[in-house]
Amino acid sequence: MRDFLQILLVGIGDGAVYAMLGLGLVVIYRSTGLLNFAQGEMAMFSTFIVWTMWSLGLPMWLAILGGMAGGFCVGALVHQVAVRPVGDPHEKPLAVVIVTIGLFLGLNGAAQLIWGTLDRSMPPLFGRGQVTVFGVAVAWQKIGAVIVLGVMVLLFYLLFQHTKLGLAMRAVASNSESASLVGIPVPRLLMLGWGLAAAVGTAAGVFIAPNLGLGTNLMQLTLIFGFAAITLGGFDSLVGAVVGGFVVGALSSVMPRYITIFEKMPLAPAFILILAVLLFRPEGLFGKKQVTRV
Amino acid sequence: MSSAGHLLEVKSLGAGYGIVEVLFGVDLVVDPGEVVVVLGANGAGKTTTLRAISGMIAATGQVKFLGESVLGRRPDQLVKRGMAHVPQGRGTVTELTVEENLRIGAYVRSDDQVDSDIQQWFEAFPRLGERKDQLAGSMSGGEQQMLAIARALMSRPKLLLLDEPSLGLAPLVTHEVFDRLREISTSTGTAVLLVEQNANLALDFAARAYVLEAGRIVLSGNSADLQGDAAIQKAYLGV
Repeated sequence: MRDFLQILLVGIGDGAVYAMLGLGLVVIYRSTGLLNFAQGEMAMFSTFIVWTMWSLGLPMWLAILGGMAGGFCVGALVHQVAVRPVGDPHEKPLAVVIVTIGLFLGLNGAAQLIWGTLDRSMPPLFGRGQVTVFGVAVAWQKIGAVIVLGVMVLLFYLLFQHTKLGLAMRAVASNSESASLVGIPVPRLLMLGWGLAAAVGTAAGVFIAPNLGLGTNLMQLTLIFGFAAITLGGFDSLVGAVVGGFVVGALSSVMPRYITIFEKMPLAPAFILILAVLLFRPEGLFGKKQVTRV
Repeated sequence: MSSAGHLLEVKSLGAGYGIVEVLFGVDLVVDPGEVVVVLGANGAGKTTTLRAISGMIAATGQVKFLGESVLGRRPDQLVKRGMAHVPQGRGTVTELTVEENLRIGAYVRSDDQVDSDIQQWFEAFPRLGERKDQLAGSMSGGEQQMLAIARALMSRPKLLLLDEPSLGLAPLVTHEVFDRLREISTSTGTAVLLVEQNANLALDFAARAYVLEAGRIVLSGNSADLQGDAAIQKAYLGV
């Protein structure tokens, strides 16, 4: 039992990070109706910015803020240069999806050019210590991830539900034509959405890098877990991304421990989950089913 | 009236979709506070005219709003200048609540009267007040039409473009929508440019009318005169 709890808690800590990446995916899905395959690479890129600032001697927290600001600029730039010119994502969904796949490769290549192919090491934000609760050891880093995730969700909730800007972003996501007819500058809000998504991804990268080492393939596995998380939670739900992240983290941690076949296929539980959700509840646990009277 | 006095002045407006031309030089004017209707059958180019004026599609010719040439501006830039457009098919944001729709309608405003304006709409349309926390998409056609109009007026426009508000509504509901529109236009001094197929209703509502046929204005005049016009009666009034 203690063993199970231990593994479960590790999984939930990982899940918090998947949820962070998932939040970025949800933000872009809500503004464009599309999955952003470059989400992980945007996060990797801004994590390198954090690393650069930190290795230049800035304190870690300042480097993270800098990385988020840098990530925001990268996301906004990506939208202006690569996504917007392709056209309205609601009219040409495939074209934009393919652009995000191109961005995946492009950002990865750019990061290799700038930072090389060697893995860099980054210190854990919350140290390497751990606490023991009821005989189960939990790393501060994992607890920190859950807290940071909680703060992020709260901030997003306040933005979307209690600010004019958030309301405008939701209007653009729901119906960009109507949004433009009430005076919302749609392209500018989409740019903002991409920037925010990239900035959020920075947090995920900062938590993963100390474990995996910071290389250009930093987020590639995590992106799959992030996809699984929002598929389960619902593509358009912030809460869903969080719950989905925790469940995916827990499953991916627990299943390989008890079912031998998953030891060699760590991604398999996530894939099975994606498949099962798409088959039985395509809108996810918290996703909105469209109700429209004509 | 001199040209400077027109609120909206459209000259030889041409527009279309891809290689399909729909408008071939539409001319019309709307003066401040005036209610004007563009009549036309299906496919005459009524919706295209409004979409070209409000910047939703590319157009050629001249569109002057408040004396300034606005052709090529995006719709959101025109809303800021005081032009609001209720598109065909209502144009509410279905995934926002009724109250959020009204609030987003005031996006271009920065004054502190938004809340009291929303309350006024709830009093004017009690149905909207009762359903303020409901998603707009779950309301009936008539309610959504009311909401779409209220949402557009929340920007306190000088000109309201209305695309076939009667479409898909029961006659009784349509009458109610028009009654309310008349009250609002009179009390706020908002000019209205309406496009309609329902000529009876529209000519009662508007002071002046244009008749659009195959992308051209073929007739214009006071509503009363047009109501007496034999050709109009035959083509649009079913008399």
